[in-house]
Amino acid sequence: MAFRGLDFLPHGTKFPFISFRKLSFALSSLALLASIGLFTVKGLNYGIDFRGGTLVEIQTEGTADIGSLRSKLGSLGLGDVQIQQFGAPTDVLIRVEEQAGGEEAQQAVVGKIRSALGDGVTYRRTEVVGPTVSAELITSGTEAVILAILAVLVYIWFRFEWQFSLGAVAALVHDILLTIGIFSFLQLEFNLSIIAALLTIVGYSLNDTVVVYDRIRENLRKFKKMPLEQLLDLSINETLSRTILTSVTTLLALGSLFVFGTEVIRGFTFAMIWGVVVGTYSSIFIGAPILLYFGVKRDWSGVGGSKYKDPTVGKSA
Amino acid sequence: MLYFPRWKTVLITLMCLAGLAFAAPNLLTGDQLKNVPSWLPHQRVHLGLDLRGGSHLLLKVSTDEIVKETLESVRDDARSRLRKAKIGYTGLNVQKNIVRVRVRKTEDLDRAYAVLRKIIQPLAGSVFTGAGGADLEVAKDASGAITLTPTTPALTERINSAMAAAMETIRRRVDEMGTTEPNIQRQGVDRILVQVPGLDDPQQLKNIIGKTAKLSFHSVHATITASEAKATTRPPGFDIYPSKDGFAREYLLNKRAVVSGEDLVDSQPGFDQRTNEPIVSFRFNSKGSRRFGKWTQNNVGRPFAIVLDKEVISAPVVREAILGGTGQISGSFTVEGANNLAILLRSGALPATITVVEERTVGASLGADSVTAGAMAALIGLGAVIVFMIVAYGSFGLFSTAALLINLSLIIGVLSIIQATLTLPGIAGIVLTIGMAVDANVLIFERIREELRAGKSSINAIETGYKRALGTILDANITTFIAAFILFIMGSGPVRGFAVTLSIGIIMSVFTAFTVTRLMISWWLSGKKRGAVELPI
Repeated sequence: MAFRGLDFLPHGTKFPFISFRKLSFALSSLALLASIGLFTVKGLNYGIDFRGGTLVEIQTEGTADIGSLRSKLGSLGLGDVQIQQFGAPTDVLIRVEEQAGGEEAQQAVVGKIRSALGDGVTYRRTEVVGPTVSAELITSGTEAVILAILAVLVYIWFRFEWQFSLGAVAALVHDILLTIGIFSFLQLEFNLSIIAALLTIVGYSLNDTVVVYDRIRENLRKFKKMPLEQLLDLSINETLSRTILTSVTTLLALGSLFVFGTEVIRGFTFAMIWGVVVGTYSSIFIGAPILLYFGVKRDWSGVGGSKYKDPTVGKSA
Repeated sequence: MLYFPRWKTVLITLMCLAGLAFAAPNLLTGDQLKNVPSWLPHQRVHLGLDLRGGSHLLLKVSTDEIVKETLESVRDDARSRLRKAKIGYTGLNVQKNIVRVRVRKTEDLDRAYAVLRKIIQPLAGSVFTGAGGADLEVAKDASGAITLTPTTPALTERINSAMAAAMETIRRRVDEMGTTEPNIQRQGVDRILVQVPGLDDPQQLKNIIGKTAKLSFHSVHATITASEAKATTRPPGFDIYPSKDGFAREYLLNKRAVVSGEDLVDSQPGFDQRTNEPIVSFRFNSKGSRRFGKWTQNNVGRPFAIVLDKEVISAPVVREAILGGTGQISGSFTVEGANNLAILLRSGALPATITVVEERTVGASLGADSVTAGAMAALIGLGAVIVFMIVAYGSFGLFSTAALLINLSLIIGVLSIIQATLTLPGIAGIVLTIGMAVDANVLIFERIREELRAGKSSINAIETGYKRALGTILDANITTFIAAFILFIMGSGPVRGFAVTLSIGIIMSVFTAFTVTRLMISWWLSGKKRGAVELPI
């Protein structure tokens, strides 16, 4: 049995990716500035994981009457109470802000909601996060992301060269900041699972960048006299079909999760899809061209590649 | 790269079969599983609370209180030793992390120092720390006072033993409620995680867990009432306790308990035979019965107070000496209240205050919905990726599909073996793996195509393709693995579940790409005639 696959992606492409660097850098800088601006001005719509408070997901027997729920819960004196439909018309999400008065006050909220809503309501999910835990989750979440970036910086430095390491981290920080930016722009809930998504984006974005870098390193050994810009273009083009294919399969899986998965992980899936798209872009348009500015080591003799020494040192920026 | 010695082929095949065997129980229902012979794997993936429904509570034990109690006991010890040695002292008190005392006469200083040094006890020590060292440092400071400082290892030991005791008490309380398979574990220095599957309203659990339940019996001051004591001065050794017995708001009680909860051996809820109101009956051990008997004998006609967590719950009058060591508490209990109190008394007191700092409860219906939706998303995602791979790589795509399926069953098999918890984000991790796992194959196949275009022969192209792709695949996957590993260490609960499936997924996808697909290609090639073989990619 043997049947051919459709080799539908063109090969031997010669897209001059690097020559777009001014445009891509400008675009990315703009997006980064916008992200940072949004984050500082508009901030993030933190979920209760980071803000503390109470979240209750209920299912009503018929279509939920948001107005009546609002009036029932509004009179409890719990401060800011957000009520929104969540997925199906019978499903409602109730969010209550963190109460003054420490851990006990938080714990009392669910009891109050239960007695106010009475029977005829199914409690699908209850989450209460007190001030101690929310503060810790913010710290450990931030630490995790920073630690992951540092670990990766060291790994790539060890496997490649410091220029690659910096380039990969630049692409990575770019992807993470843009993800935070989109969450701030759309005011999507930012919770623990988004931190998980950010860390996975760290992994995915690197995966992509490393594949391109690997090819760059290989070509550096192979074509010792080729101008760096041309060499970077060649490497990106050579790995282009792989980059696209892998992005497509990953997006297929994530898309299925986004459409068919539950409401609970929709935010996570959205972050991942965004991360894959941005990560693919950045490994081509940020990670690779940035090497032009760092000046890559051209003499790889002794490390592998051809045996004889090539006296010429290639052009670097 | 294409030659496999027989032992390697056998090993790879065995590993895949083992993965399938360990994953298989997950396809069976509980009843079918009972008929599986015991020598076959029968462990299923352990579902997290977010998928099976249940309650997750994170408790914080007040370690400050434990430290404070340690200091207070040092202070009491110092006081009684100084008194016994007849050394006059002043200002014996607890300050932050030390106990400080000053002797009245300077000539007593050295004697007091020697007396106080006798409090020092050696620590048990452990394998890691070697010989234990001392539990206390006694020193004379510049101002002529003596300081007693508990050492850090001593405090750590105290906190650890208090945490162990607290966990034991909580375990007893949760068990008393008749819940199934509760999971109770320590987290960090001062946290206890309680997970109870199937519980969708943890209110009663929270009520029960949060109570310290320190029970003690005190004598009530014979002549002065609480309000009189408030207006004038408190007699030494007595203190005012709030009350909820329905008769008085406060009582003036002797601070020293006659008998305490540690001497209780049993307690049961019940009903008073005359009034038919809910009561809690209790029984003392022999030491408790003796002390309580003797005390009631001497105090017939006088009230005593039953104190729970520094609050009077009942203050009956001693009608006659209680010598049998049993008694009952009647207060204004509801049936549930009496039941809860009996549970609390039976399970013993907590060594320190406990607060609930995080609660996550998922109803069974949402859990089931998440499983269905997750499985659906996984299957559709899988289908889409398979179609795509077959379209793109033909027969080779079929090989990578087989590898992907083996990969998935290996993930599920490993999850079943190590009994890792599968959470909703964990399912997301598996779906993501489906998408990313084929990456290794894509890298290899694209490389093979390149080598073919460079004019290499088919076999040569496959050989070099694999060889060249190996480094890239390792680098790319190790970086993702680093992120997953950090997520595993730093994350908690469901997020950690995601890290687990992602990490296993990465390892398995590298494994299958380099063994399973390669083996299949090698088999496929060996079925071809020698000479020019046309590759289907």
